[in-house]
Amino acid sequence: MVYQQTKHLHYQILKLTGEVDLHNSPQVRKQLLAILKNGSSVLVDFSSLSYIDSSGIATLVEAFNLAKNSKLLLTIVGAVGAPLQVLELTNLNKVFHMVDSLDDIKG
Amino acid sequence: MTSAPQGIIEVKGLVSHYGKRKILKNVDLSVQKGEIRVIMGGSGSGKSTLLNHLLALLKPTSGSIFVDGVDVVNTDRKTLSKLRQKTGVAFQSGALFSSMTVGENIKLPLKRHTRLDDHTIDIMTRLKLELMNLAGFEDLMPSELSGGMLKRAGLARAVIMDPKLLFFDEPSAGLDPVTAVELDELILKLRDAMNMTVVVVTHELESAFKIADKITVLFDGEIAITGTVDEIKNSRDERIQNLINRRPRNETVDAEQYIKRLTTGKN
Repeated sequence: MVYQQTKHLHYQILKLTGEVDLHNSPQVRKQLLAILKNGSSVLVDFSSLSYIDSSGIATLVEAFNLAKNSKLLLTIVGAVGAPLQVLELTNLNKVFHMVDSLDDIKG
Repeated sequence: MTSAPQGIIEVKGLVSHYGKRKILKNVDLSVQKGEIRVIMGGSGSGKSTLLNHLLALLKPTSGSIFVDGVDVVNTDRKTLSKLRQKTGVAFQSGALFSSMTVGENIKLPLKRHTRLDDHTIDIMTRLKLELMNLAGFEDLMPSELSGGMLKRAGLARAVIMDPKLLFFDEPSAGLDPVTAVELDELILKLRDAMNMTVVVVTHELESAFKIADKITVLFDGEIAITGTVDEIKNSRDERIQNLINRRPRNETVDAEQYIKRLTTGKN
């Protein structure tokens, strides 16, 4: 897994590439929580993500909750394939704010 | 040295004994990644023994067993332990520790094998409880759960590490029909979303036909047939048809052997 942090409008983008699993999800957690604690809303770009396990999903749940309590937004962008199926399996697709692409994000 | 074959499970010429009794007689089994394989057979057919060999809980008399490329018969303890971290097992009874809460039981593998933050572990545990329709049961003791709940809690623990390979012993046994169907659906979803390979040992036909990509039928320690659901249903093997139509076995009686067994207790 590699991640890349960029900016889009007033959002921080965290782009995840490859696989998020037990070994690297703590890195994603650290990064996500740091962005939110800095007071910025975040777009988590799933478009190059091939797999995410439950530790990655749990990290998103924790970050989503922090965003909500801090009146910030956490949006998942471009989830397809297995990562989307995992979100559907856990019903989190009905909880998280999800969009198809960055074009759907309005300032 | 034998090179690792390509299926996630490859068994060749497996022979197994309990004492002098031969339980498995030259069993071959090949399961591909992402497949749901059901192993069927009546009581005493050897299906649970086969499962125990796949889990490396028994040593075979002869034959080879490769699981995810690991020669489980000859490998060292460390490699086996690594393999077990990628493998989930749901036992018939749930097999939870009675002195721990349901939640503590489920998170045990994560606490033992990972360095994840406690917040992450707690949420992962609750996600699995939600998935098994056990939300809110985290703080109960196993003795406070029904049989079906224990089984689902056992499954939650089996999949807490998102294993690549899940072994499931008798998922539907002792469950009411609705819960049994829900559990079958769940197995299908887990495979699709997590790309798990699932090996289910069962004698429940309805469940087997619903979830299996392929079914292996064991009779008296031998593989009678391995095939798709349609192939099994259309098999002309009388024993398979008896199993499907729930007809009792019409065994031929060897009079001499029978009397010998009754009078001496030996085969």
